[in-house]
Amino acid sequence: MSRVIKELFKHDKRFSFGTTILVLFIMIALISLFTPYNMKAWNTVPRDLPPSWEHPLGTNSMGQDILWKTMVAIKNSLLLGLIAASLSRMIAIVLGLLAGYKGGRFDRIVMTINDSFIIIPLFPVLILIASILRTSLSIIVLGIIIGLFGWAWDARLFRSQILSLKEREFTKTAVLSGMKTSKIITTEHLPYIIPLILAATINNVIWVIGMEVTLSMLGLSNLNTPTIGTMIYWALQYQAIFLEKWNWILTPIIICILLILALYMLSTSISEYLDPRTRLQLIKKE
Amino acid sequence: MVFKKYFIPRFIQYITVLLIGITMVFIIPRLLPSDPVEHQLNRMTAQGQYLDPAAVEEMRETLQELYGLKGGLFQQYLIYWKRLCTGNLGPSFTQFPTPVIELIKTSLPWTVGLLLVSLMLSWLIGTILGGIKVSFPNSLLTRFMEVFAMGMRPIPYYIMALVLLIVLAFVFPVFPMAGGYSMGAEIGFNFKFLLDLLRHAFLPILSMVMLEIGGWFLQMRNVASNIVEEDYVVYAEASGLPRRKVILHYIMRNALIPQITGLALNLGFIFGGALITEIVFSYPGIGNLLYSAILAGDYNLIMGINIFSIVGVSTAMLVIDLIYPLLDPRVRYQ
Repeated sequence: MSRVIKELFKHDKRFSFGTTILVLFIMIALISLFTPYNMKAWNTVPRDLPPSWEHPLGTNSMGQDILWKTMVAIKNSLLLGLIAASLSRMIAIVLGLLAGYKGGRFDRIVMTINDSFIIIPLFPVLILIASILRTSLSIIVLGIIIGLFGWAWDARLFRSQILSLKEREFTKTAVLSGMKTSKIITTEHLPYIIPLILAATINNVIWVIGMEVTLSMLGLSNLNTPTIGTMIYWALQYQAIFLEKWNWILTPIIICILLILALYMLSTSISEYLDPRTRLQLIKKE
Repeated sequence: MVFKKYFIPRFIQYITVLLIGITMVFIIPRLLPSDPVEHQLNRMTAQGQYLDPAAVEEMRETLQELYGLKGGLFQQYLIYWKRLCTGNLGPSFTQFPTPVIELIKTSLPWTVGLLLVSLMLSWLIGTILGGIKVSFPNSLLTRFMEVFAMGMRPIPYYIMALVLLIVLAFVFPVFPMAGGYSMGAEIGFNFKFLLDLLRHAFLPILSMVMLEIGGWFLQMRNVASNIVEEDYVVYAEASGLPRRKVILHYIMRNALIPQITGLALNLGFIFGGALITEIVFSYPGIGNLLYSAILAGDYNLIMGINIFSIVGVSTAMLVIDLIYPLLDPRVRYQ
């Protein structure tokens, strides 16, 4: 496993870019735990200062240090992504694997529900929920809600993977040699789909972060919690574009784009690595 | 035979989506801990807004009907369906007593226009460029396109729209910042108004097209690069058919089918994106209506838009599914 990572890091620029940025953001998230300011309080520092040594990105009109606030926001957004993605992963893996292995009527029922979740426009539905809960939406609650809706695409993906694995020679060999189904799943099939799960999870985190930004910009989350979305929300509330406070409005936008690009590069790199054809090309190049 | 094998499952799927989606909208407000009815009424009285007592009563009644405080849950559910079947989504609270359906009807043409134009543009350009990419993998344009597609694809609709708004409407004020047409413009079918309409629609369409082109491009590239290796393509090339014919008739045509399936599957997501884009550019469609409903706490309108978008998107998807056999001979001749 570590050999594969080393190889990818060396040969795939996207992979090295993605991991570098992501590790950087995770470090920032860890450092943000030592923030000297209370980010929920206003007017802890003078307002509207331009960038200086003391406040490298300046301060905003709410009297908060933009650099520290951004760092805390990165932590919260990553946390949200993690909560929502792990919840939806659990649902997707359980349903996808069960449907794939059981087949028959169970498969058909699960997949019909699954397809409905793919077709139904989730954005208005999430708005409906968020507008009822509004201010009680903490990071955890928001993560759970987004997680409950984001599993359908991937459940289908995992199921199709299992269906093809079930037909492979080595599964038949394992079955004929008397291996238990549970053992086949854990030792023969799971290693195959773990990279796929990883790529799908990263894509899901991207979707969650985008969804958080969108819901926050509508004012539909706990606006006191600093996240990338609420930072943009407050900057827009104070007309940061018209007042040309670029340090305030552009910081979260750039961070958001960087984070999402890094995650996306990572996931495409992993899913391309999964495709044997691209691996062949890599070998040819060398 | 085609009918039984192809159309009937599609119809069943359609009905299931409607059932699940609309039931979801029915259940969600009941599952959540806060009571939207009292919350709503408190909010209105707290704002000190003048409300007709009759309006308040009717509001409480519709609210109670919507949130299941009248009669048993099942009875409620039946009433809910009965009202939906007659096309009655109840009145809007903030623009009482205008029915929600009327508000949706006035906003709908804007959203449909935005969605159709951006979908067609991005789908066509993305698909054609994806086909070109596979046919000429080393040309400069397609290599640039690949980098562009990879960079744009994951960006959320909201961020893209905001960046375009800042760059092309504020820093370089080439396009208007908001609205569907200029204030005080004469609405009519003339050149000046159409130009104005186009100028206002340009940025929303651009932001949607830029985001979606990448997805269609990458999907087309992946599918077509598999087809290139198929035996029949190798055979066509070996038999000396003109390259143009091989690309158009052997590669592109076969890769179109998954592209259309993709169109149907992504419709819900793209529709959500259109709503977000409208909100950023204050484009007077359903997205903007939704935004004003959120700001005013107009639950009935939010629910109405929810139900409407579920019905709209799944119907559009059914239509795509029904056109599909015309394009895929395998389904037609089955």
